[in-house]
Amino acid sequence: MAAKEDLKYTAEHEWVLVDGDTATVGITDYAAEKLGDVVFVELPTVGSDVAEGAVVGEIESTKSVGELFAPVAGTVAEANGAVVDAPELVNSDPFGDGWLIKVRFTELPQLLTHTEYTALVGE
Amino acid sequence: MTAPDSKTHEDEPQFSPLHDAHVKAGAAFTDFAGWQMPVRYAGDLAEHHAVRTAAGLFDLSHMGEILVIGSAAADALDYALVGKISAVELGQAKYSLLLAGSGGIIDDLVVYRTGEDRFMVVANAANRAVVADELRARCATFDVQVFDESDDVALIAVQGPAALAIVQFVPGFAIEGGHPDGDDVAATLAELRYYRSIAGLFNGKPILFARTGYTGEDGFELYVAPDQSLELWDALLEAGAGHGLVPAGLASRDTLRLEAGMPLYGHELSLDTFPAQAGLGRVVNLSKSSDFIGRRASEDGPAADAPVLVGLAGDGKRAARAGYDVYSGDAHVGTVTSGVLSPTLGHPIAMAYVAPACAQPGTELAVDIRGTRHPFTVTALPFYSRKKN
Repeated sequence: MAAKEDLKYTAEHEWVLVDGDTATVGITDYAAEKLGDVVFVELPTVGSDVAEGAVVGEIESTKSVGELFAPVAGTVAEANGAVVDAPELVNSDPFGDGWLIKVRFTELPQLLTHTEYTALVGE
Repeated sequence: MTAPDSKTHEDEPQFSPLHDAHVKAGAAFTDFAGWQMPVRYAGDLAEHHAVRTAAGLFDLSHMGEILVIGSAAADALDYALVGKISAVELGQAKYSLLLAGSGGIIDDLVVYRTGEDRFMVVANAANRAVVADELRARCATFDVQVFDESDDVALIAVQGPAALAIVQFVPGFAIEGGHPDGDDVAATLAELRYYRSIAGLFNGKPILFARTGYTGEDGFELYVAPDQSLELWDALLEAGAGHGLVPAGLASRDTLRLEAGMPLYGHELSLDTFPAQAGLGRVVNLSKSSDFIGRRASEDGPAADAPVLVGLAGDGKRAARAGYDVYSGDAHVGTVTSGVLSPTLGHPIAMAYVAPACAQPGTELAVDIRGTRHPFTVTALPFYSRKKN
């Protein structure tokens, strides 16, 4: 996995790792911490088309429900089945084994840098 | 003593006397009735399981403590509350309700008789001021004094099967009027029955040991002055280190009480709810001779078609949460008030108000979870009961 400094971010507390035409997406440690223990994750079907900013999944903790937004438009290339089976991975390794989906895109929108994101969450 | 009219500022957050200890322990905080309280430390699930299998330590200093003192205190509380408080023995505690004249619930309370003419009424943090005001008004014609002592009382709860073994051996504990070095503490606390309390000392300062709680487990609630609370917190953590005791936040407290089928004010209880709707009809003593506020409305009872509180159990992993709609076939029959994926049982559980015709255990209903209907079955409360020895 890439260093946190090299990832892109969204204001919805997701991280994006860009590799060629594929974006790997997860939620940040900040978001995982705010949610508390994640107990249920629903991810989009592989092969489905997603629009930028659309709600494509859910991340549920004991306390609340978080929505997964597609940070880029494209086609879902992979969904992390390990996280569906073991939602606690989102808390224990949000930037690694807790990744959620990979989206194949044609155009990358404007995303936040690490510096911009840390400023946003005030850390 | 607090001045009778002291009120707390609603815009400024209030902090527990244990706040610094929680920060040091890495707690995440949540606003609860204007208080910044720990929502979790390491993780809410681990804290939940610790309480079910070992023990958890809760800071509940936000709760309200109101003293009613005087020769007519028992009679005054018979009039102010729904229970027969005059029948509560010295050292006994009783769950009760403060009703409006309309019969709706202003708050649910635990009343401790801590003296022949002395009662401590413990109220929800959000309702502390209204409960104190109501008690003052209702007791005005009786020979009693009402003191809102909430700012001068800290509350720490030790809950779980290991709770007794932990509190038995905390250095500095003594029983009031007991052995000066506390040699009788272990046996006395072991003999203390559920919903009983006994006065004691912690490092020579007053403490109330109460065998009460809100988790469905055995446990103790310990009332001390705020300036004693940090020492007590640390002493309990140290005594509990070998017993699996962990600090636990409000997130786990909520999932624990929900599994135990205990109502929470603002969710299952409100000014628009009659006790009978919430399954608390037995708490309202209509056979006591005295009048009490809300008596006439309670005698009339809620409308025959008023919704009633039920437990709902579902399959899968998706929780039915507060505010979600409940259906029987295509008919909308109710609303969820609390719900979670039960950490102990592994399936979703919820409490909901539904039409009386749908309230029988075994009734198949559905909950709309963000646009999709999921089957739930009406289930008798509680969802979880501890095994009693």
